[in-house]
Amino acid sequence: MTRCWNWRRNNIKLASQPMHELSICQALVDQLEGIAAQHPGKQVAEVYLGIGPLSGVVPQLLSDAFSVARAGTCASTAALHIHENEIIVRCLSCSRESTATANRLLCSHCGEWQTELVSGDELLLERVELEAFDRSGESSPAYH
Amino acid sequence: MCDTCGCNITEGNRHLIEEGGKHAHASAVEVLSNLLHENNHAAAHNREHFDRHHVLTINLMSSPGSGKTALLEATIEQLGKKYRIGVIEGDLETENDAARIRAKGVPAVQIMTGTACHLDAHLVHTALHDMNLDEIDILFIENVGNLVCPASFDLGQHYNVTLLSTTEGDDKPAKYPVMFRAADAMIITKSDLLEVLGDFDPQKATQYLRNLASPADVMTLSARSGEHIDLWIEWLHGHFEQQQQRIAEGATRKPAIQPDGIALHADL
Repeated sequence: MTRCWNWRRNNIKLASQPMHELSICQALVDQLEGIAAQHPGKQVAEVYLGIGPLSGVVPQLLSDAFSVARAGTCASTAALHIHENEIIVRCLSCSRESTATANRLLCSHCGEWQTELVSGDELLLERVELEAFDRSGESSPAYH
Repeated sequence: MCDTCGCNITEGNRHLIEEGGKHAHASAVEVLSNLLHENNHAAAHNREHFDRHHVLTINLMSSPGSGKTALLEATIEQLGKKYRIGVIEGDLETENDAARIRAKGVPAVQIMTGTACHLDAHLVHTALHDMNLDEIDILFIENVGNLVCPASFDLGQHYNVTLLSTTEGDDKPAKYPVMFRAADAMIITKSDLLEVLGDFDPQKATQYLRNLASPADVMTLSARSGEHIDLWIEWLHGHFEQQQQRIAEGATRKPAIQPDGIALHADL
């Protein structure tokens, strides 16, 4: 089982950063490490996330934080793809669905405020693509 | 690219997966898990601890200076004889808030987060090692003063209570929808200043909260003057009883912080 040598050191360093996107990226890299560990000889090539506006996470900040958090790990050359989902609510009164904005989650059909969220608060790691570790010599993350 | 079903292979990228291509030995893993899976796991563990010890746990969130500690001091004065109260304090620096709580005769553990802008479930778990839950009925977690980041992290609490002070402006729920949508109750604090300020309308604040499809209880009170503090005390009585009822039925409760959309799709 391969492990990224400086992952623990990164953990300590990132835990003191004043941006919660970094904490979330730290959790993401942790999950990627777990997935890579189940596929010996492979490293993470592509990472696909689904983020909703009501998740409390700013995609650009998450993307910036990932470039720091991935360093020296099994995802050191991975590309991050973020799909920004739209907000959709279902009306508890008329049962119809409509799109909404983050601070106005009303039914656009009947104006009712009591709605339930169908999508828009996701913070999901949807899919990871792995590739053979260091085959081309283009990348060389530090492993034991 | 995708070697599970081939759906991603197009004429444009076929060369990458053919022998010698960059992704010739790639494989795809469908994950669909919450990015905060680890935190949520630790939060569930904390919640089990609270339920096992029959503790009601409330996470207080707000911007800095909106009166979280003052509300706790007033709460201890009103309820300290009926319930055994404990407090976990989250701040970037200093033990000042924990010292204020201890001065009221209540155990308090201070978490100093350094530069981190929120508490997470692991920090709370560590703090619990310094707290005897057998001697506590209601545990308050006073989160780091911040209207953005704390909303994303479940700590294991049963309820989120978000404070909005009259000096901040009544449109805060519209400006910080993620935080206010996570609230099970919104407390408008410093009501004794309403008359002086003149431009804060509690009804407008409530309307902005309803625009977030939130049915949260709204209380307008002053910890300093004691005005309407009884609304909050009654709220706590009622929710403490509900918590004991849930425990008797083997049930628990998560606050509104856990997004429904994630629960539909992910392994939590």
